[in-house]
Amino acid sequence: MTSPGNDPTGSSRLALRAEGVWKSYDAGAIAVLRGVDLAAAEGGTTALCGPSGCGKSTLLHLLGGLDQPERGRIWVHGRERHPGLDPLQFLRHEVGFVFQLHNLIPDLTLAENCLIPTLAAGTDRRSALARLGQLTERTGLGHRLDHRIQKLSGGERQRTALCRALMNRPKILLADEPTGSLDAQSSAAIFELLLELVATEGVTLVMATHDRGMAERCDQVLEMRDGRIHGPEPA
Amino acid sequence: MLFLKLILTNLRRHRVRSLISLAGIAFSVAAMLTVVTILQGAITMFTGILSSDSQIIVFERNVSDLFFSHVPAGAVAEIAAWPMVAHADPVLFGVVSSADHPIITCFGITGADARIRKATWIAGDRSRFALHPDEVALGERAAGFLSASLGSSVQIGHGRFRVIGILKTANGFEDGGVFMPLGSAQRFFHQEGASSVITVKLRDQAAAADFKRTVQVRFGDLVALEDTEFTRSYSQFRILKATAWAVGGCGLLLGGLGVANTMIMSVFTRIREIAILRVNGFSSPQIAGMIFGESALVSLVGALAGLAIGTGFLYALKLVPALHGYIDVSIQPPVLLIVILLALLTGVAGALYPALYALRIRAVEALRFE
Repeated sequence: MTSPGNDPTGSSRLALRAEGVWKSYDAGAIAVLRGVDLAAAEGGTTALCGPSGCGKSTLLHLLGGLDQPERGRIWVHGRERHPGLDPLQFLRHEVGFVFQLHNLIPDLTLAENCLIPTLAAGTDRRSALARLGQLTERTGLGHRLDHRIQKLSGGERQRTALCRALMNRPKILLADEPTGSLDAQSSAAIFELLLELVATEGVTLVMATHDRGMAERCDQVLEMRDGRIHGPEPA
Repeated sequence: MLFLKLILTNLRRHRVRSLISLAGIAFSVAAMLTVVTILQGAITMFTGILSSDSQIIVFERNVSDLFFSHVPAGAVAEIAAWPMVAHADPVLFGVVSSADHPIITCFGITGADARIRKATWIAGDRSRFALHPDEVALGERAAGFLSASLGSSVQIGHGRFRVIGILKTANGFEDGGVFMPLGSAQRFFHQEGASSVITVKLRDQAAAADFKRTVQVRFGDLVALEDTEFTRSYSQFRILKATAWAVGGCGLLLGGLGVANTMIMSVFTRIREIAILRVNGFSSPQIAGMIFGESALVSLVGALAGLAIGTGFLYALKLVPALHGYIDVSIQPPVLLIVILLALLTGVAGALYPALYALRIRAVEALRFE
């Protein structure tokens, strides 16, 4: 048993570490995670693979602080997430999410959607706009800033979601099947962009995916089955 | 700016619902403003009748309505003789009806009364007032609805009177009233030797407290109040004011329920959107601020629209000939402030449950389901 606080492994190079994480639904009737152990190196890319319902999304939610594990502990950059880190500050500054569905607000423009995390964090407008310009330039969306989400293609929407996730310069990006709703060509393009951005931004990526080809391009592939991780399989 | 856009976006997304909600607040505010202003105007007018060239009113203690007040003639004579008193005018109020007008206010007054002295006589001669017991002067509107002219004879209640003057006043009650010589009024209303009130003008306003004390000592069953005190304490006014605010408050409550309904629907239809904002770092106060901001905006715009509608309605009422002189469209700033504050409060109260619901939304659950 380890004491709360710093990561007992002493490894500050790990962006994320989970130990014996359990999670169930319906008052324990459906056990989704049954003692998950995971370690993701800083700046590395990790793919979570496995059949639908094996607990990939649940694990991402727990790692990202959207939910609490029933048992087990999670460390972020060597600090225990609960109770060590402020959940709101963690969501605002430490982690970014990309979902299978873009989850953008349809009535707002591309720029306004991207600025939402900076609004939440209270970032000054000039810095927020500079960051927006930088990200949209790199994702090829610079000419679409004032377009509403309805006017964007599926790929553009997912690129917008990617920009939004990176606006507050998070250290960790959690992607839940980020290309799952796109055609093959768009999927490949988004994935390349994702890898490029995490590399240039120095972000740690943990991505749930069904796509073996994408998974194999990650530094680490973790296979999930029956609520547990089997692996890792070095790529 | 983006925060405001998030609020406006949702209102624009459900335009019809937002408009219905806004209209609910607007009509509630308009109703409240109209009722309160009309009653406030009526009270001001009635007070104006009492305070015509006087500062103090003397009437029977503990009487619920001035029409039932009984002040003996002896008291009038004694008070008028006090050195501190410039003049003391007895007034007897009475109500009669004619065929088409169920309520006509009658004022039994002396020829020296300020109501006669200071009114504009558009027909007749004020020096003739009270020379003969069967002669009356009419307010301009009363002359109109009684189809009376100078020298004509009119039926008022069970008596017939000759019209010796027609007066123009800015006061609706006086304009629609009948001015009788005090003695005639006392006989007509079976109040021989009595009046309803005495309106008193002091030589020195500073002597008001002394005057009131003296009345209390000399006439235990009478009470003397300064005009402002009377307006504040007269039970009829208090009942009228309470009724006006209660009616307006009920209207606003209905408007508030409309806002609550709109806000509940607004939250229910964007559970996923609220979850997205949560995932992107929105705090509970930020989420609540968005919901309350939305309802406050609806309430504020509704209140402003309601004030415009209410004011327009009051001006329209003022143009109705039958109401001439009764509607005073001088909307009091405190009334405006209270109405706007009540509308905002109603909006905020209507958003309480929706905001609590929004705060209980767990992002992880909302995102799991389509």
